[in-house]
Amino acid sequence: MKLFRMIGRSIRDAFKSVIRNFSLSLASISCITITLIIVAIAIMASLNVKNFTTEIEKDMTIVVFLDSSTTEEEAKEVEEKIKNLDNVSEYTYQTKKEVKEMMQEESEVFKEVLDNFDDESSPLKDTFQVKVEEVLFIKSTAKQIENMDHVSVVRYGEGMVDKMVSAFTSIEKVTYGVVIALVLVTLFLIINTIKLTISARKKEIGIMRLVGASNFTIKTPFIIEGMILGMFGSIIPIIITTYGYMAFYNHFDGYLYSELIKLVSPEPFIYQVSLIVLGVGILVGMIGSSGAVRKYLKV
Amino acid sequence: MDLIRIKNVEKKYKNGVTAIYDLNLAIEKGSFVFVIGGSGSGKSTLIKMLYREEKPTKGQVIVGGLDVAKLKDRKVYKLRRKLGIVFQDYRLLPKLTVFENVAFALECLGEKKNEIRQKVLKALEDVGLKNKVHSYPDQLSGGEQQRVAIARAIVNDPKLLLCDEPTGNLDPERSMEIMQVLEDINKNRGTTIIMATHDKEIVNKMKKQVITLKDGHLVNVKKKGKYEDEAI
Ligand SMILES: Nc1ncnc2c1ncn2[C@@H]1O[C@H](COP(=O)(O)OP(=O)(O)OP(=O)(O)O)[C@@H](O)[C@H]1O
Ligand SMILES: [Mg+2]
Repeated sequence: MKLFRMIGRSIRDAFKSVIRNFSLSLASISCITITLIIVAIAIMASLNVKNFTTEIEKDMTIVVFLDSSTTEEEAKEVEEKIKNLDNVSEYTYQTKKEVKEMMQEESEVFKEVLDNFDDESSPLKDTFQVKVEEVLFIKSTAKQIENMDHVSVVRYGEGMVDKMVSAFTSIEKVTYGVVIALVLVTLFLIINTIKLTISARKKEIGIMRLVGASNFTIKTPFIIEGMILGMFGSIIPIIITTYGYMAFYNHFDGYLYSELIKLVSPEPFIYQVSLIVLGVGILVGMIGSSGAVRKYLKV
Repeated sequence: MDLIRIKNVEKKYKNGVTAIYDLNLAIEKGSFVFVIGGSGSGKSTLIKMLYREEKPTKGQVIVGGLDVAKLKDRKVYKLRRKLGIVFQDYRLLPKLTVFENVAFALECLGEKKNEIRQKVLKALEDVGLKNKVHSYPDQLSGGEQQRVAIARAIVNDPKLLLCDEPTGNLDPERSMEIMQVLEDINKNRGTTIIMATHDKEIVNKMKKQVITLKDGHLVNVKKKGKYEDEAI
């Protein structure tokens, strides 16, 4: 009961103080707003990138062609070596014959053409289809396979995918940098807002100390004030996030450029992101005000 | 029973000034004690050590069985709740009414509204200000403001009331009124009162226990003391 009364009082005081220092409060709130918009975009972008890289990664295969002259035993040896590579998660082996049958099933034209060849003269080769655990290292795995005896050609994703992935990673890094810088500026502003509140109430705080208010009672209104700033600051980012992402998603019908790049569907994604944005806002407000309180209140 | 025991206390400020030298003192529960001495003799320093605004550099300051010198900063509020403090400059909040100023102390402690109301009105009655409940501090005379401060100090019914020159800003007549209020509090509530003062007349009229400090040294303790110029 007592605690509720004290917290009720703190919340009342905090709101009063936000209004009393309106211009500085507004500056803090705007700063939090800008920061959170960028945080939200960064979160949504990186979650989407993660989503489609995993989608793409699922499809990434190394295709290994063996020399035409390879015997069955030699093929076995290659298989053994591929099996023992670290990064290989699974593989399938198809002989020339199987490849031929598969292709013939796929199309009439292939059927006609391939019927003209027997095993000896076939242009087709024995192949391995290898899947890797870590797409980042697909290149070196492919190299290792290429260096094996009897292996003639190795192909994987045409280089497009790993370029895309590395572009995404560098974009992500830049975004993190910007977010961290913005969070720091925001913290600085919040600390100054709360500092002003504290100095406006110095006398009151002195009297509170004299009459035996605990540190908790003295600190709480300021920390709640910081949280309120954070909360107000997250309103616009949440609205932008929610409607912006839905519009974006609907505009592209859920895909970017090709069926390969699939966007995360808005529900429950936008709610999760909104919650994270609100959480970050409140947390930044809280950390900022705690910092100010510790520094300027000596409690 | 002693409410306060001070043993071998020394206070040296960070700038090297020693304000109190090897002080030993016991103050009984329910007593009314004046602390007198010239300017800079260490009266305020002694009072500050009692409410743990300052820590002694040596020795023990025991208030109600608790060694205040050892109290951690974040526990100081527990001590403050058991005592009331009154200053020369009143220290009221100008934007709050008389009632609100007194209630403020209890609100900080999270008490219930109707309990706060009862206690505040009782305290204001005790200091003779019941008819000015809704006034603001700047609408009151100095003596009245000091009564509000006293009401705030006693509203939580503390065992100990510390006063650092409470009459310092008041004319002799108002001062005597304040002394009457303090005397009543001491008698009716049984509150132990320690009051630092310069005021010779007050000390001589009241005939209470007197502790005399000189340049940080305790020079004498008298039961029904007078303000003796030679000692100072
Ligand atoms: N915060 C402080 N830092 C350094 N020295 C201090 C501090 N407070 C007091 N002093 C010094 O300690 C000595 C005692 O001061 P104190 O305030 O206790 O005297 P006092 O008896 O209350 O004087 P007055 O009657 O003028 O109020 C003085 O020499 C003063 O300069
Ligand atoms: Mg003094």
